[in-house]
Amino acid sequence: MRLSKAWIIAARDFKIFRRVKNVWYSIIIFPVVISVLFPAILEYLAIRGSHGLAAPSVLPNLLTSFSFFLVIGAAYVPLGIASYSIVGEKVEKSLEPLLATPLTDAEILLGKAISAIIPTLVAMYAAAAVFMVGIDEVTFSTLGYYYFPNWNIATLLLVLMPVAIVMSVLFSVIVSSRVNDVRSANSFGIFILFPLLGIYLLSETSIITLDVNGLLIISGVLLAVAVALFFVSTKTFRREEILTKWK
Amino acid sequence: MIDTDNLTKKFGDLTAVENLTLHVDDGEVFGFLGPNGAGKTTTVRMLCCLISKTSGNATVGGYQIGSKEDSLKIRKIIGLVPDNVGLSENLTAYDNLDFYGKIYDCTTAQRKENIQRFLDMLGLWDKRNVLAGTFSKGMKQKLAIARALIHEPQVIFMDEPTANLDPEASKTVRDFILQLKKEKKTIFLNTHNLDEAQRICDKVAIMNTSLRATGTPQELERSVSGRKTVVGLEQQVNDLVLRALKKLPLKNLSSEGNTITFDVEDPDKENSPVVEAIVQAGGHVRSINVVGSTLEDTYLKLVRK
Repeated sequence: MRLSKAWIIAARDFKIFRRVKNVWYSIIIFPVVISVLFPAILEYLAIRGSHGLAAPSVLPNLLTSFSFFLVIGAAYVPLGIASYSIVGEKVEKSLEPLLATPLTDAEILLGKAISAIIPTLVAMYAAAAVFMVGIDEVTFSTLGYYYFPNWNIATLLLVLMPVAIVMSVLFSVIVSSRVNDVRSANSFGIFILFPLLGIYLLSETSIITLDVNGLLIISGVLLAVAVALFFVSTKTFRREEILTKWK
Repeated sequence: MIDTDNLTKKFGDLTAVENLTLHVDDGEVFGFLGPNGAGKTTTVRMLCCLISKTSGNATVGGYQIGSKEDSLKIRKIIGLVPDNVGLSENLTAYDNLDFYGKIYDCTTAQRKENIQRFLDMLGLWDKRNVLAGTFSKGMKQKLAIARALIHEPQVIFMDEPTANLDPEASKTVRDFILQLKKEKKTIFLNTHNLDEAQRICDKVAIMNTSLRATGTPQELERSVSGRKTVVGLEQQVNDLVLRALKKLPLKNLSSEGNTITFDVEDPDKENSPVVEAIVQAGGHVRSINVVGSTLEDTYLKLVRK
């Protein structure tokens, strides 16, 4: 497999994305909401003096929970991009000429994955930076120290988030092969968020903890899911399958 | 350049292509005729290594379809114009071609030169920075042809390149194919436009799941009912004229009133001695016409078999 060929596809997709509003919305809205909303909530609680929620003893747990939304966002953002990238080609029927070139199926699939992963990583890391600065600004007076950065967020951003993105992209590939429009692809793609929401709820009920060890275990489980999805998606993303069985 | 030997494709119980054996020479424009669902697109997809064969063999440019290694080599030497143009509508005409040039490892200079050359030839150079999605059907079709040529392939597969185009756009596309023919490109043309096949193709094959006939358009026209020469005389056909004609090796000679009719294989060679014999027998030739079955007659007869 030649990475340079996959990159040509990704670069072409980036050019296309620049002109597609829905992709921009996918990339911008959720990261902006996460990075602005959570610091704003804490600021609001601090102004109101609701120390029950924002007290120094409960604040670290609350911030850990908030941080997990960065992972949920990271899994959500590529759904819109990958769905457009593959379903868009189906709608334009531009896959057949692409498949007639000397590219391998894996190179095309990797190119599509890169084109969804890179914008998501950039958007989510930017959102995480704003989120951390905002949270530190709001919580410094209560905690007496800057909560971020810490090992938790480092594990979350550098290990769990990329795994969640890859899992989401692969799931999108599978969903995209079965539907004919971007909206349906997005609707079905949302199912990939359920396991992450489940993890969040389990952490809220203290069944699991989102410390470094907990995050590494979750990453391992999601990686196993991603590997399974990879095998399914490579079976789905085959020339003959695309031309004869894709809806 | 292209050879198939009993090439077959089945989708479950459905046989799309059955025992297809044909040969396409280097530099030939080969018309592949057949009704919708005849297996034309499936054949092209097999030859372009897009889908697998069920049985039989085929080579393109000497490379075997179905072999993983050769598949990549085949895809390097071919260009495909699919039945749906399949352009990236949110890219400009230039960017559409540039992308494919990069995939085929064309250098920057080659890409620039070929993009300008083909867009110029197809009258799209002025529209190079316009999004492909805003193009008319004809312009999109032309751009899809340019895309298939960007890496200067040895073989070009075209699947219904003039379907759904207005007459003017069809003519531009046809003229362009003729231009490629002059450049000795091998073209495999799927079509059900018989007039187009007759005008453009060196050889045609008629297909309806299995191959029904192959040959030059002229050979196929003759294959059904042959051609007849009808000679009109100034006067009634008399015995002298008939006796003179009976001495010649003419098939199915008959006369009625002032017309004489006979079967002919090669009118250019066979009609001249006939006229000479009539004149020597005192006849005065008013008209001479060659009539016969058309490619359409042949096509309809063969696909209904």
